[in-house]
Amino acid sequence: MTLLSSTSSTVDETITATTPVGAQDLRVRPSVADTFHQSVAMAWRATKKMRRNPEQFFDVTIQPLLFTAMFAYIFGGAISGSVADYLPIIIPGILAQTALTACMATGIQLREDMDKGVFDRFKSLPIARIAPLAGPAMADLLRYGTAATLTIGTGIAMGYRPGGGVLGVVGGWLLTIVAGWSLAWIFTYLGTVARSAQAVQGISMMIMFPLTFLSNAFVPADTLPGWLQTFVNVNPVSHVVTAVRDLLNDGQLTAQVGWALVGCAVVVAVFLPLSVRSYSRKM
Amino acid sequence: MNQNPSATTELAVSATGLVKTFGDLRAVDGIDLEVRRGEVFGVLGPNGAGKTTMLQMLATLLPMDGGHAEIFGVDVKKHPHVVRQLVGVTGQYASVDENLTARENLFLFGRLLGLEKKKARATGEDLLARFGLEEAGDKQIKEFSGGMRRRLDLAASLIHRPPLIFLDEPTTGLDPRTRGQMWETIRELVASGCTVLLTTQYLDEADQLADRIAVIDRGRKVAEGTSDQLKSQVGSSTLQLRLLDPAQTSQAVDVVRRVVGDEPVLTPEAGGINVPLPDANRAADVLIGLREQELLITSATVQKPTLDEVFMALTGHGADEDDTQKELSR
Repeated sequence: MTLLSSTSSTVDETITATTPVGAQDLRVRPSVADTFHQSVAMAWRATKKMRRNPEQFFDVTIQPLLFTAMFAYIFGGAISGSVADYLPIIIPGILAQTALTACMATGIQLREDMDKGVFDRFKSLPIARIAPLAGPAMADLLRYGTAATLTIGTGIAMGYRPGGGVLGVVGGWLLTIVAGWSLAWIFTYLGTVARSAQAVQGISMMIMFPLTFLSNAFVPADTLPGWLQTFVNVNPVSHVVTAVRDLLNDGQLTAQVGWALVGCAVVVAVFLPLSVRSYSRKM
Repeated sequence: MNQNPSATTELAVSATGLVKTFGDLRAVDGIDLEVRRGEVFGVLGPNGAGKTTMLQMLATLLPMDGGHAEIFGVDVKKHPHVVRQLVGVTGQYASVDENLTARENLFLFGRLLGLEKKKARATGEDLLARFGLEEAGDKQIKEFSGGMRRRLDLAASLIHRPPLIFLDEPTTGLDPRTRGQMWETIRELVASGCTVLLTTQYLDEADQLADRIAVIDRGRKVAEGTSDQLKSQVGSSTLQLRLLDPAQTSQAVDVVRRVVGDEPVLTPEAGGINVPLPDANRAADVLIGLREQELLITSATVQKPTLDEVFMALTGHGADEDDTQKELSR
């Protein structure tokens, strides 16, 4: 086969280069299967890192335990009359909150990681540009899973009896993880554009606090002033919280669950391509 | 250039008019480069000359601001993914994962390059053995010495057996012994059929390893040729003289001109003269000539020409005279 010079605009999947080894047919871009395998390899790297730095799990272990107990005992009486009545409201709220905190850490760690020499090599390797981002995102499912499990577990230990039964709990658990994974792409994007890990942390805090507290996570929305209710009602976190409540407490696949999933899909559709683009540019 | 495809295939790297600017600074300012297949091509220049920046553009790590480059006939701008399959890059700073062990690093890169688990593990073992790192294989990179890191870094670049390898200052910061080991490894690499493009600040490194050398200064190529050709412009060694009485400098210059037939270079210190010699043994002739004229010296040393002298000869200014051009690519 003759050499394809730079003038031939190849839309084919392979291109021929004549190297000392002989003519080689090389892929013009990574295939979907390659991309998946590369992302899995990157996820393997991330789990190795987690094992060597167990402090990465502090935010998803201690925080759910502490916050669930704290919020339930502090606000329970005031908002719902008793701790037991408040648990069905607060547990889904804490689930959303810990998922958000956990995915905030995804962005910060990515930023820290990107400053390391090994990222130079990742860039020079013939791998899909998304793999270094998708790998950690995949591995972080473990963290979201841990956070969700511990939050629900603490609630149950405190006397929470989810009305949705086992299926409802599993559904709520899964939705929390999906939401965490999806929202993490916002913070991944921040990680690729910010100058330092500290900057990511600062900006993430500014995003996270309004999103969690200006939602129905801790208090029923109808107790809020009208203008605030408007924001609370469009806040995607509110939809996730309501959807998780529907699943945990009633075991029902309501329209809210659908909306929460749509919201997650939109976040991923916007921030995943943005992240990859910004990462491939940052050289 | 290179519109004839058959000519292109003879070249591992073919670049014309490469440009990279950082703000007002033209870090790479129109460099042409041709690296033939199977050769070791050295890019010689001081810190901030634009060597690393040029390499990063060729390796698809930095977008080009101007010019055109092909690797084995493949357009770097159009097909970065293909180029990445053809080039192994070993950076100035070891680019391996600090959190993983040497074995895990090689396994990870093998997996990323599409090797099966078994094959990735076997390739890793092979490379560890080849680079004398078997015993350190289960240590985390944090505990590695500088030389071990470089070796592992180079090993990692060889996993997919790329036909072309970029080595960015492979021995900067290494002690002489490790440096010698690194040179040995690079020679073995070339013997196995790789084409190597390396950058260095050391003339003797380029001399030891490279078939052809390009000298880069302030983003421009100022000379190109074999090591012998370059040295013939500078002399193979230099006699460094220091006169007792700086006032006699011009007389001493006359003597040198007569004996060697070449123009000596005056050093910044008063009474300092550097004499390029085609042959180190000619130093005695110069010394005898000075003695005959009763020109007294305080010191005389014969040395191989330094990068600075090459620069002095080629560009008329020293290598580190101008440090406004910092290595900006990092």
